[in-house]
Amino acid sequence: MSEAIYVMWLRQLKRYWRSKPRLIGSLAQPILFLIAFGFGFGPTFQKAGGGDYIQFLAPGIIAMTTLFTAMFSGIEVIWDRKFGFLKETLVAPVPRIYIMLGKTIGGATVAVIQGIVVLMLTLIVGFRPNVTLLPLAFLFLALIALFFTSFGIAIASKIEDMQAFPLIMNFIIMPLFFLSGALFPINGLPKPIEIIVRINPLHYGVEGLRNSLMGITGSYITVNILILLVLTAIMNIIGSLLFSKVEL
Amino acid sequence: MSPFRKNIIEVENLSKYFGNLKAVDNISFKVEKGSVFAFLGPNGAGKSTTIKMLTTLTKPSSGRINIDGVNCLENKSEIRKRFGIVFQDQSLDDELTAYENLNFHAAIYNVPKKLREQRIKFALNLVELSQRKNDFVKTFSGGMKRRLEIARGLIHHPLILFLDEPTLGLDPQTRNKIWEHIEELNQKENMTIFFTTHYMPEAEQMADKIAIIDYGKIIAQGTLAQLKKNTKSTSLEDSFLNLTGRSLREENATSIDRMRMRRRVFRR
Repeated sequence: MSEAIYVMWLRQLKRYWRSKPRLIGSLAQPILFLIAFGFGFGPTFQKAGGGDYIQFLAPGIIAMTTLFTAMFSGIEVIWDRKFGFLKETLVAPVPRIYIMLGKTIGGATVAVIQGIVVLMLTLIVGFRPNVTLLPLAFLFLALIALFFTSFGIAIASKIEDMQAFPLIMNFIIMPLFFLSGALFPINGLPKPIEIIVRINPLHYGVEGLRNSLMGITGSYITVNILILLVLTAIMNIIGSLLFSKVEL
Repeated sequence: MSPFRKNIIEVENLSKYFGNLKAVDNISFKVEKGSVFAFLGPNGAGKSTTIKMLTTLTKPSSGRINIDGVNCLENKSEIRKRFGIVFQDQSLDDELTAYENLNFHAAIYNVPKKLREQRIKFALNLVELSQRKNDFVKTFSGGMKRRLEIARGLIHHPLILFLDEPTLGLDPQTRNKIWEHIEELNQKENMTIFFTTHYMPEAEQMADKIAIIDYGKIIAQGTLAQLKKNTKSTSLEDSFLNLTGRSLREENATSIDRMRMRRRVFRR
């Protein structure tokens, strides 16, 4: 039974590792963001008294990479449906929740790896993280990855064709990223926007990741971890329910 | 055939509507345990929709399906333990190798670890893909993918094996070899075989019972001899054509087709 989870996970990793163009392509965006925003807004940020912008931005970009990879891994279910492989897993004599869990953990593993790769790239651009809380940073990455992979699977279970893909990109993924506090500090934002940021699950991931990479301890850690854990559990249940109802 | 054979599949008043289209319209049939059952019909007649309902992939609009005494609508995971299926269209992972596809299947279908290597080896040999087992499926031709698909269907030995046009697009040599093996599974393991095909000789040679579906309704069922007798035909192909007419069908009937169909029904 748990073998089903393992083979689903392994499949996800193999597919990731074998598609080098996709692997490299998916790193282009974070690099572009890092350079364009980092060097573009950096001086203004510094003049306004915000400190070194790269220090602020890098954790946001790492979270972004993990968000994007996780969502895409989840939405891959649409591809599996289109190219037929979904059928093979849907009629398998194991509870669908195992299939869903294997896919979630596989997608999340890939997303965390991507996040770590980007973390290393940010070092080249001048990001200097505090390494004392590094394990905590990885925990936040993992939670972001798990939540958004389940979210992607939940969406893909309800959507049948690939036409919906740009819609998901523009109406879900991009707003989640821009309104998470990944690019700018949220204190001083207009109230309505601040509220939106505060109900965005990614916000707690970004904040946790940023603080732990800067070595800032405090009660935020427990709070953010708890919020993300609960949300991830809920999203996983929703994803499993929707996935178990998938028909062809 | 003993008259006391148990029915492994029992379908009663099964229907599936897509909007106004009655893809499957109130069909009933039984399949005996250990028998070979051929489900025939022109393109778009409702064969694949029926198989999807039997294999829990589509929910019926109404009706009842029992497989091995278990209600298909109530206990899907129990049902899934009892069958294997070779799909009509592709369901392989292109980015895995042939061997990996089979190994993945063996794992999620709970084939005991001891048996895996041996069954995978045998299945690859049977479809003559042993040489290519470490190649990615995306490098395979259509026929090779088809063969691999069948090999995969054979590595876990289920109670019932559904084959949706398994030999479509294969050369006669491969077709014969595959049917030989299916027959062996049927006889040695008492595996029930449920298949659809457009090659009438396959149904003629293999099937214990045959059902013919057209426009969502079962228009004839019985043994080969009964079908031939009832339609006064000398071959299954003749009785098939006598029952379903000789006009061409399309997979998805256009509105003009449906108009023609209605006209034909009225003329009868």
